[in-house]
Amino acid sequence: MPLTAASLRRDSALPRAWEGFVPGPWADRIDVRDFVQRNYTPYTGDGEFLAGPTPRTLAVWDELTPMFAVEREKGVYDVDAATPSTITSHRPGWIDKERELIVGLQTDAPLKRAIMPNGGWRMVEQALATYGYAAPREIVDVFTKYRKTHNDGVFDVYPPAVRAARSSHLITGLPDGYGRGRIIGDYRRVALYGVDALIEGKRLEKASLDMERSTEDVIRDREELAEQIRALGELAQMASSYGLDISRPARTAREAVQWLYLAYLGAVKEQNGAAMSLGRTSTFLDVYLQRDLEAGVLTEEQAQELVDDFVIKLRIVRFLRTPEYDALFSGDPTWVTETIGGMGEDGRPLVTRTSFRYLQTLRNLGPAPEPNLTVLWSERLPEGFKRFCAEMSIDSSAIQYESDELIRSSWGDDAAISCCVSPMRVGKQMQFFGARVNLAKALLYAINGGRDEMTGRQVGPVTAPVEGEVLDYDDVVAKFDRMLDWVAQTYVDALNCVHYMHDKYAYERLEMALHDRTVLRTLACGIAGLSVVADSLSAIKHTTVRALRTTDGLVTEYAIEGEYPTFGNDDDRVDDIAAWVVRTFMAKLRQQPTYRNALHTQSVLTITSNVVYGKATGSTPDGRRYGEPFAPGANPMNGRDTHGMLASALSVAKLPYSEAQDGISLTSSVLPSGLGRTRAEQVANLVGLLDAYTLSTGYHMNVNVLDRTTLLDAMEHPESYPQLTVRVSGYAVNFVRLTREQQLDVLSRTFHGAV
Amino acid sequence: MSGEVGTNVGGTGTLVAERAGAPVVELGLPLVGGSNVRAQGAGTSGLEAEELERSERLAQVRTGELGSVHSWELVTAVDGPGTRMTVFLSGCPLQCLYCHNPDTWEMRRGTSVTAEELLRRIGRYRRVFAATGGGLTISGGEPLMQPAFVKRLLRGAKAMGIHTTIDTSGYLGRACTDEMIDDLDLVLLDIKSGDEETYKRVTGRELAPTLEFGRRLAEHGTPMWIRFVLVPGLTDAVENVEKVADHVQALSTVERVEVLPFHQMGRDKWAELGMRYELDGVRAPSAELVERVRDQFRARGLTVM
Repeated sequence: MPLTAASLRRDSALPRAWEGFVPGPWADRIDVRDFVQRNYTPYTGDGEFLAGPTPRTLAVWDELTPMFAVEREKGVYDVDAATPSTITSHRPGWIDKERELIVGLQTDAPLKRAIMPNGGWRMVEQALATYGYAAPREIVDVFTKYRKTHNDGVFDVYPPAVRAARSSHLITGLPDGYGRGRIIGDYRRVALYGVDALIEGKRLEKASLDMERSTEDVIRDREELAEQIRALGELAQMASSYGLDISRPARTAREAVQWLYLAYLGAVKEQNGAAMSLGRTSTFLDVYLQRDLEAGVLTEEQAQELVDDFVIKLRIVRFLRTPEYDALFSGDPTWVTETIGGMGEDGRPLVTRTSFRYLQTLRNLGPAPEPNLTVLWSERLPEGFKRFCAEMSIDSSAIQYESDELIRSSWGDDAAISCCVSPMRVGKQMQFFGARVNLAKALLYAINGGRDEMTGRQVGPVTAPVEGEVLDYDDVVAKFDRMLDWVAQTYVDALNCVHYMHDKYAYERLEMALHDRTVLRTLACGIAGLSVVADSLSAIKHTTVRALRTTDGLVTEYAIEGEYPTFGNDDDRVDDIAAWVVRTFMAKLRQQPTYRNALHTQSVLTITSNVVYGKATGSTPDGRRYGEPFAPGANPMNGRDTHGMLASALSVAKLPYSEAQDGISLTSSVLPSGLGRTRAEQVANLVGLLDAYTLSTGYHMNVNVLDRTTLLDAMEHPESYPQLTVRVSGYAVNFVRLTREQQLDVLSRTFHGAV
Repeated sequence: MSGEVGTNVGGTGTLVAERAGAPVVELGLPLVGGSNVRAQGAGTSGLEAEELERSERLAQVRTGELGSVHSWELVTAVDGPGTRMTVFLSGCPLQCLYCHNPDTWEMRRGTSVTAEELLRRIGRYRRVFAATGGGLTISGGEPLMQPAFVKRLLRGAKAMGIHTTIDTSGYLGRACTDEMIDDLDLVLLDIKSGDEETYKRVTGRELAPTLEFGRRLAEHGTPMWIRFVLVPGLTDAVENVEKVADHVQALSTVERVEVLPFHQMGRDKWAELGMRYELDGVRAPSAELVERVRDQFRARGLTVM
């Protein structure tokens, strides 16, 4: 990273901005982690010090409440169909100008959604039509006649195998018609260094390429840096429309929160990414809040107000999306994921008072799905924090947990979660989001010689289908293994096309400006249907499974005689099969060449698409019927995990993280009574469960502490439950905003509890 | 130069040598691409059923090497403190009208599992028990129907440092030797009724052995959690509850009383087994009724859940 110190020190504003901070390498080059490590104050106490909401905070929040009701009713509150969004496209807007402490909206009014057509015009057009809007003629012309989009680019280059795999739902959810997201800008940099210093840094980076020969890679880097510099300039311009000068570093806690938020706001004005995550900001901001508290210029109540106001803004980030998109990723998620807690490399907890303040927003403003509060859990975290998290989970079901030990040992202690379970080093790493392939369908293709079990069409390569009536384990495994070779190849082909075009037509200028020049790129592949495949292979191995064919020889149904070990009961006989599937497919992915030499990773995550995947998949040898939903993420199939919540989790914990470094998602629902008879007991037991799960190398757990009757009542009377939050697969949603189908899917899941 | 503590940052003129901050640990390169493969688990399989000749089988049952197991489960908050592995054994001398596990009554319906095999599985969860403050709970059925098997399990668990509990009606308390009591950290004692007649109507058996077992445990200093299932119209009479509470009050090592409201979730199992279920029309007790009963226990200074 080139030096920026000289320029920083010339700026007369700096001494004041950094007064009281411990200097270090961060003062001479961009290194936010170094700043945090040298300056943060770990907090090992409990939540007693926290402040409730002030009347001001509640007044701002109350402005929005009736608007949420309208939005729920109509699907969107309002849309600006005439102005393609850029960092500077919209005039400033406020919720309540007099009262807001932290300002800035995506458009000129709260909940008014913008159009972002660079990803693809068709999605924008469909979304507008759905909600009764239309774009002006000249805008339509721009994006259909003059300006090519990402979506157009991808469909120019998809090979036929990819198209076939895509239309048969073997590969689904590819970001080829919408923004890929999943990139986390290091928004902290704007607060710590100010935009001018960042621009100067980027100029130096660009200058370092001047003497390089102009090969394709170098040309691309130069152009990207030029765009990044331009985007940073626009960011400063947008800030000044709110009367704020972010060209210099933040001087106060309020400015730090404001600068950081504006950086994030710039990103969500420019990109409609599938996940627009925030990073790991609470402990960074704590340094500023702590400094002002110690100086006596801020009270705890005021500190909490700043956090509350910031979180209100994060809660109203909106994108315009189509109903099809919503069927895949239900409940209008934005994945403003904020990563909290964890341990430092030096053994100090990265928990600060502001970690508590972020979680406190669930009390002060009530539960909400966004921001997606994610706690990096370690058994070594301070007890007070662990208990506080457990209390919040029991009260709100709005927190997800990921293993700090697994993430830190792979990615270090300044990694954040993007979207649901994808870890990345902030500002040093990005991912090419790859959605997922349907492995259950791939298994059926193996059985049917590459033909689709629903249409009979030849989609995969022509291979020998299984012969005879009874399925033979070794034969099916061998055929599946060969089919996976083709799936891996086709899948990575698709992703390479997608990301080449996304970089070209919908490049994340601002988010990448908040990264180092050399970043680690991962190609984040994913799989769905893991528990269906594991159970199917287990059934074939341990019982007699007969294939039932149609007249033209297509196997469409299975008859199972006997019982077989099912995934989700801590039974190695089947859990080993699941781990084998993960390892095998990962090994095949690693053999494929990737765009920009991205590093292959894999996730076991479905978000809410497990319902759509199930619909598009015929009957499977585990006894699952045609069209029935898969289990979400790496979850065992609903109702087949019969040995308790932890036994179910321990099966999932056996999936090797080294072969699924983009994350392994588990969603657990437990009745309050399943955690204990008293509140103290419930809190202690939830802490114990999380400790036990992470110590057993479990990676991720969504915890819902819910009653089935509450959910049923919410289905009947949605208006009474505007804030009822449930965790689905890597994120949380307002239960009442799920489609009815997905609500039923949530209800059909195993609720672990005492009877 | 960068990284030196005490440099004059930004020209404020303030030396900050006294605030060095924490020494910063440098991050290594990220571990990627399978370079941090974790060790695989020990590979213990699920519980293997043992198939033996009848005579050999009986011999092993007698010595407690072999037991009849209905199922196991990892549960939290119900069968003792923390997260526990609850092993349900088959066979029960009582036939409670409200039993929600009637499929555990007959020993022959269980799966034959060796104590060694079961202990291997129990040992696998040592870390879970340590993290959650949990342990082993042997339930049923009635654990004391298979005292030799239970004895082995308790000894084996204690040898691994695992917290042990049995969930028992106490009816077969005499089968529990002093040696076994020494290996018990907690007993969940179900007192189904305080009134002799009601007890007989509910269980088909006598109350006295349960009370005797309770007194023996108290003498040994073994902590107890008392459980009382509240069934409207069957066990809810004020006098009946008073009698239970009196008995409990006399036991010095009782740590808590759990009043468990009756539910209908076991009903389907009765039908599946082709057995006549007498509590068809009975509803779960009202919140008021549950509180009334809890208060009866509380009135005696007991901790009630």
